[in-house]
Amino acid sequence: MFKYLFAKNEDIPAGAAAVFFGFSAIVWFIVGTGLGSFNAAKLAFPDFIYGVEMLAFGHMRQVHVLAVILGWISMAFAMAMMYITPALGNTKLWSEKLGVWNCFLWNVGLALGLFLLWMGVTSGREYSDLPWFIDLVVIFGVLFPLGLNVWMTIKTRRTQGIYTTNWFFGAATFMVMIVFLVGNSPEFFSLTGLTEAYLTWWFAHNVLGLWITPVAAAISYYIVPKVTGNPLYSHRIGHLHFWSVVVFYSTPAAHHLMSAPLPEWLKSFASVEGVLILVPAIAFVSNLLLTMTGKWKMFVENVEIKFTISGVLMAIPLNMQGGFQQTRAINWYIHGTGWIVAHAHLALLGFSTFLEAAAVYYGLQTLLRRKLYSLALANFHFWMLLIGFTTYWISMTIAGLIQGAGKIYEVPYIDVVIAEHPYMIARWVGGTMVFLGNCVWLFNMWKTARAGTVIPAGRLPHELAYER
Amino acid sequence: MAFREYKIGARMFGLAFGTSMFITLYMPAVDISNVSVTATGLHRQLSFGRMGGFGYEDMLLQGINKPVSVVIKTDPQSGAAIEPTRAYVYEAGVPFPNGLRHPRILGKGPEALSMSKGRISESSESNGAVFIVREVEQNGEMVPYIENATAVRGWAPSATLAKVSEADRYHVGKGKIMFVREGCWWCHTLLPEETQDWQYFGAPPMLGDFNGENPTAFGSDRKAPDLTHVGSRNSSREWMTLHFFNPRLVQPHSIMPRYDYLWGDVDANGNKINFKDWYASYDEYSAGKRVYPPEVPEPSKDSEARALIDFVLNLK
Repeated sequence: MFKYLFAKNEDIPAGAAAVFFGFSAIVWFIVGTGLGSFNAAKLAFPDFIYGVEMLAFGHMRQVHVLAVILGWISMAFAMAMMYITPALGNTKLWSEKLGVWNCFLWNVGLALGLFLLWMGVTSGREYSDLPWFIDLVVIFGVLFPLGLNVWMTIKTRRTQGIYTTNWFFGAATFMVMIVFLVGNSPEFFSLTGLTEAYLTWWFAHNVLGLWITPVAAAISYYIVPKVTGNPLYSHRIGHLHFWSVVVFYSTPAAHHLMSAPLPEWLKSFASVEGVLILVPAIAFVSNLLLTMTGKWKMFVENVEIKFTISGVLMAIPLNMQGGFQQTRAINWYIHGTGWIVAHAHLALLGFSTFLEAAAVYYGLQTLLRRKLYSLALANFHFWMLLIGFTTYWISMTIAGLIQGAGKIYEVPYIDVVIAEHPYMIARWVGGTMVFLGNCVWLFNMWKTARAGTVIPAGRLPHELAYER
Repeated sequence: MAFREYKIGARMFGLAFGTSMFITLYMPAVDISNVSVTATGLHRQLSFGRMGGFGYEDMLLQGINKPVSVVIKTDPQSGAAIEPTRAYVYEAGVPFPNGLRHPRILGKGPEALSMSKGRISESSESNGAVFIVREVEQNGEMVPYIENATAVRGWAPSATLAKVSEADRYHVGKGKIMFVREGCWWCHTLLPEETQDWQYFGAPPMLGDFNGENPTAFGSDRKAPDLTHVGSRNSSREWMTLHFFNPRLVQPHSIMPRYDYLWGDVDANGNKINFKDWYASYDEYSAGKRVYPPEVPEPSKDSEARALIDFVLNLK
């Protein structure tokens, strides 16, 4: 891939950037989940590693979070944008060279940022932990080139309309830049106090709401119709989804700080808007499930659909939790407990990861013109992810309910720690399964690139039979 | 591209997104900026200094260029005994917190008093200054303000530090950096909830308790007790020392990591700390082969451990 950095744009084969992004994403996924498993081990067995500052929990926790968000999830998004946006516009990527450079700078910048973070160079703000000069690299070296490629590819498309997926891609790349610029302003301008606290969570909420959730959904708007051959059930519901994301998902940031002394009107407003997140959620889930009409056997037989529809189905509990857990009636009980950790993993490891995994599976096969090396390994990956995640989610939800009860009944904290111990072990086991599944995935995709059945021109990957 | 819908759509998008940003950014900003700082808020920012996380004055988060909190018992100018007073010593070159750089964020009352009675505009970072928090009654309400003791009382930073014993110095500013760098706030919140927490962890904070503080490091995940008022619950330096070195010494079921690496190489007496021997003895102790655990070394006065303990003890 490095040889394309200094090649002429015309000489770079179409899809090079997407392939580069795809494999980078898988590697970052392994790194991120490996760190997660390592951290979970320390919560279950506190004397597992000690005496080394760089291996302390407080130095590694945020590296896990950002490796997964900015490495795995966002790079998988970039990969999807690099092949889906041109495909839907019946054209080529605006600049393959920009894409290759984008991926290169992304890997270098993220590795540098995470290394600094690991050393302890942090802004001390959750999700926007990176110090401000790394934030500037992310905004101008990573997000802007990505957005530019997406917007220009949409502009130079050779189709009349713009398909739903591309509305989301175009809008989300724009919104995420605004979110990074505004959300990190406490660091750029040394803003303090409640403004800083609020903007921290404004960032954390909107990076989820205006970047991860809509882009993940946009991917499934492409994968499901493309693989099943069914047209999207309703473009109008797609409109409803898009506009309600922009209007409702961008406003409830304050619901992350329901127990902080923020203005009461802000918390009430955020809480009401937070329930309205169910509007885009229901629109999205119903649209995708109805698109599956008549093709449900593919949920069992086809690996991309299996991943995508599992992700879509997980959006149901995700949004039911998300919509209601932030209301005052429920938030006082579960705020700050493992319930929230479980919910965050349902969003990122459940819902969104399954959609991105499908995009990477499908995209790499399409771009490399190679059929997936092994269906058995892909199924193994799927079940390791699903069982591992479910183990994690159930154990953390139970731990959270224990913590919540301990909190309101004023149980001495150490008794809560003792009660949580078995669930901490279960969470570590679940997380480790996800990590091992991903290692198998990388092997499978590597073998696909090297030894997968060649897909003849004019055929789609899922139309071919597996050889293994 | 010549679709009229897309022009309408782009404008509608701008309207929707812009309205959302107006409600969630501009309106709260106006509300929050009208809040006047409390005495707690003044104490907090003066003890932490400009930045508790990454900043130009302390790029690698080593706790350098931070103020020292001290308890003054004799007037550094006259030498007369005075009521013990909490003061914040900013030596020359230590950056001021936001309340001093931009007094507007203190709110109307405290800003005016800090300027007129407190004479904070006469302080400069290049010369350093000593600050104290004072309160006066105005219209039946106690209004706090910052007093530049260097201008008002003639307390020079170096003379003040010279008059204060080691036991009355608290490296709270450096400790906040340790708190952030070591990720204490991933498990310990700094925000008691407005539900029933106040019965167990103490009163929830007020709106003006944070003006001038960055980062607030509230934390979101409570794997461990809230620390906002921990210094009031447990003020034992000895307990904190044992607990940071190895939490299992005082709480066998704790899952907190050991922070023994914050001790550095030598203890308070200048003796090299032999961690290897300590671990071996501790393993014997936890296996039941020893009656008592090995002795925990006292942290040296410049160690990161001491600063972190100072910070925690001052969370009241």
